[in-house]
Amino acid sequence: MSDVMKSMSQGNKELIAFRIGDQEFSVNIMSVREIRGWTQAMPMPHAPPYVIGMINLRGAVLPIVDLSLRLGMKKAEPTDRHVIIVAQFKNRIVGLLVEAVSDILTITDDNIQPVPEISSDLERQYARGILAIDKRMICMIELDALFPEQESEAA
Amino acid sequence: MKKKVLTVDDSRTIRNMLLVTLNNAGFETIQAEDGVEGLEVLEGCNPDVIVTDINMPRLDGFGFIEGVRRNEKYRAVPILVLTTESDAEKKNRARQAGATGWIVKPFDPAKLIDAIERVTA
Amino acid sequence: MDMNEIKEIFFQECEEQLAELESGLLKLNDGDRDPETVNAVFRAVHSIKGGAGAFGLDDLVAFAHVFETTLDCVRSNKLEPGPDVLKVMLKSADVLADLVTASRDGGGVDEARSRGLVKELEALANGETLAPAAHVEAPKAAAAPAAPMPAPTDESGFQPIPFSFDDEPETSTFEVTFKPRRELYSKGNEAALLLRDLSRLGEMSIHCDIDSLPDLDKMDPEASYFGWTIFVTTEKSEDDIRAVFEFAEWDCDLEVKPVGAAETSEELPMVPVPFDLSALDDEPAVETSAVEETVAAAVSAAQTASDVSKVAAAAARVEKKEAAAPAAAAQNNAAQNNAAAAAAAAGQTIRVDLDRVDRLINLVGELVINQAMLSQSVIENDATGTSAVNMGLEELQQLTREIQDSVMAIRAQPVKPVFQRMSRIVREVADMVGKQIRLVTEGENTEVDKTVIDKIAEPLTHMIRNAVDHGIESPEKREAAGKDPEGTIKLSAKHRSGRILIELQDDGGGINRERVKQKAIDNDLISPDANLSDEEIDNLIFAPGFSTADQISDISGRGVGMDVVKRSIQALGGRISISSRPGLGSTFTMSLPLTLAVLDGMVVTVAGQTLVVPLTAIVETLQPEASAIHSFGATQRLISIRNSFCPLVDVGRILNFRATQANPVEGVALLVESEGGGQRALMVDAIQGQRQVVIKSLEANYTHVPGIAAATILGDGRVALILDVDAVVAASRGQSLRAEMSLAATG
Repeated sequence: MSDVMKSMSQGNKELIAFRIGDQEFSVNIMSVREIRGWTQAMPMPHAPPYVIGMINLRGAVLPIVDLSLRLGMKKAEPTDRHVIIVAQFKNRIVGLLVEAVSDILTITDDNIQPVPEISSDLERQYARGILAIDKRMICMIELDALFPEQESEAA
Repeated sequence: MKKKVLTVDDSRTIRNMLLVTLNNAGFETIQAEDGVEGLEVLEGCNPDVIVTDINMPRLDGFGFIEGVRRNEKYRAVPILVLTTESDAEKKNRARQAGATGWIVKPFDPAKLIDAIERVTA
Repeated sequence: MDMNEIKEIFFQECEEQLAELESGLLKLNDGDRDPETVNAVFRAVHSIKGGAGAFGLDDLVAFAHVFETTLDCVRSNKLEPGPDVLKVMLKSADVLADLVTASRDGGGVDEARSRGLVKELEALANGETLAPAAHVEAPKAAAAPAAPMPAPTDESGFQPIPFSFDDEPETSTFEVTFKPRRELYSKGNEAALLLRDLSRLGEMSIHCDIDSLPDLDKMDPEASYFGWTIFVTTEKSEDDIRAVFEFAEWDCDLEVKPVGAAETSEELPMVPVPFDLSALDDEPAVETSAVEETVAAAVSAAQTASDVSKVAAAAARVEKKEAAAPAAAAQNNAAQNNAAAAAAAAGQTIRVDLDRVDRLINLVGELVINQAMLSQSVIENDATGTSAVNMGLEELQQLTREIQDSVMAIRAQPVKPVFQRMSRIVREVADMVGKQIRLVTEGENTEVDKTVIDKIAEPLTHMIRNAVDHGIESPEKREAAGKDPEGTIKLSAKHRSGRILIELQDDGGGINRERVKQKAIDNDLISPDANLSDEEIDNLIFAPGFSTADQISDISGRGVGMDVVKRSIQALGGRISISSRPGLGSTFTMSLPLTLAVLDGMVVTVAGQTLVVPLTAIVETLQPEASAIHSFGATQRLISIRNSFCPLVDVGRILNFRATQANPVEGVALLVESEGGGQRALMVDAIQGQRQVVIKSLEANYTHVPGIAAATILGDGRVALILDVDAVVAASRGQSLRAEMSLAATG
């Protein structure tokens, strides 16, 4: 963990915070391309359960991920109130289905607390730190860790 | 005032190298792709010095040099010839056509600039 | 722009030059003796050499140099480009291409081959030049001026005087006498500039000799009357002094003599040159303090000299115009007319980054989708279809289509480069198997989208290798059969009904049906008592796991059969077929879409989802009747179509869109052709219609999905998936689609 903390290094960071169920999470604003409303997605054959399907974003076809399910929580029931955070990491663009965007935060490294040791493997995999802001607890997510390199085709 | 160089070469690679070298050395560079275009461009650009290749389609370097020398306005403009190796026969023909000097390819940027400095005031 | 970008340009240019080289050599091979063809070939190699030199690609330079030398012999008519000569040259072109590739991508080349060719090229150049060598000498004698020094043209003739500068730099003094001739000025050299450069070598005293200056009224404005005697004291050598006059030495009388005072090294004692100071009128001693002024004076004198000649040039113009000008003007006009004609022939082209074109194509794709979306919503809101909005929409649709076609045309390229590559393969493989084969190409200017061009090279290469290796017989066999010992392979391209048709025809022995059939029986592809038509037998060569070569040869490709060729053609949305006549040869016909950016598809509904099936895959569509459906085994069902049974494949089930098989009677069957000649009936729920769709990659943001070729966007803005018919058919054979595909490893 200390390495990751170090690599986040000096200076302020801007994060986008969002809600899933009664929890709050955040991702680095640099990886967010846009936020848009929910639209019906084309289901993909043989996709893992958390891939809801594909949508058209101005001509590009991109997958929508049920972030709730991906984070090990319950399956989302998308409504018109849900939003899609269009995020880019590495060379891919992915839409993350979340309940609502709650905040834009500017933090410094001092605000970040390490993830407690009690966490399960799944949380350890994606959680990069915990923020305590106005009595709220916000989990910082590392998208790269959530969606590692594309699986080789010879599965 | 920047000195103006007209380069005539059919190779895109060499044209680009000339362009970069000359621009870096503070020259204004005008380029043509062969002798015919060189003569066309010449009229409008009034160069201080001309650098030309020999082997070119449509009109080769010899013909181009002769064309320049026939032009009253440009017959005293220094012309440097790019030759691939110190081929005495080619150098001679270029000189007979009216070339001022020559640069042996692959040219060394410093030598190119040096040669240009030598023939221009 | 930096050197790496220029290097990139160089390699692009090499590709063009190599293509030029090959097509020129092939023209010569066909008997073309146009000097411009030879020149173009020479220039191609020359340009590659020039650029390669700039980047220090020594291997490339060395080979190009030898090649160029031999080509120069052809250019100067010292070497007749007969078939044997051209054979070596075509091979050399191939090696040159390999060297370019090796220089760009790293890696080596077949050195034994290139060394062998260097020898052959040198032999060609030498063998023919020995006798008529006298030609070459001629210009030397003509150009050598009556200079007191050895002829300057003979550069190796200079004997540099070696000074030893081991310790402190020694200075020595040289006497330079320099008398320009009129030619010096007419070639754009300036005495003033030469003196300026000379003054930079060291300390200098200068004496201007104006003895030959005539009276003003006798003065020829273009002549040169001044001469200079200069004493330079410098650390530099005599060679360095001569180097100053490098450009001028033909056009002046130049003498450079060391003056006695110079220190000489022990091992090379110098003979002091007797020097009589009194021979000069003026003060000859080197006066350090006065040097600056002296140079300035000399320079201004020289300036005057050239000014005089410039002023006079204006006066001379009047006379000259009357005599020489008309001739010159006529010549000029001729040159310009030629130029205009050449320019017109070449056509106006610009070079555009492919990324920009691709972006434009993407945008137009979106425009098409948007326009369709707009139309759809207008139709939903205005059912009458008579409003002005509707009329405008129709025009918009028309325009959008035209824009799309025009934009696609930008990326269209002639198949020529691919065809040219094939001629090399024919040469190499024919050489390897000892056959004589000529490749004839036709319609090489037929244009097709770049995406298609990039993908046809590989299957085409494979087919060409096959045709050379198996199609054409050995020369002996051909002669025995009363044929020309040289076989012919014809490669042609043409447009037909919105597709490109590529034909590969050989005049070989045709398909040996007996052997093909036996092979198919041996490989369990057909039963021994199967009754097959000739056409069916011929098409067996496309069956997976079929290879007619008794031994798997290195040439036809590491045991890869025609089934692979067929699959890659089909992956492009194309079809391939063969027709063969025993003893006369075989013809392969490929039909390919003109672009991979759009596709004609049938839009269907499967389990509530919209899918697109490529139209090219569909043989026919039919509404199954209950009586035609037969259960077969536990899960399989067959449909009888005109007395043959064809397996039914439920697309919804295969793609896991539903858990149980749908009732075929409620849906529609799409009869598709599958590999190995058999057919399958794909069951879908309903057909929505046919339309052209823009192909969108799934891999860009997601991953390859088995059974799905790509995605597209429909008129309502929703994503639809394009079915990979081959994969679905393969899956129905029991090779299941991989069950678990994931965007990410599940934690």
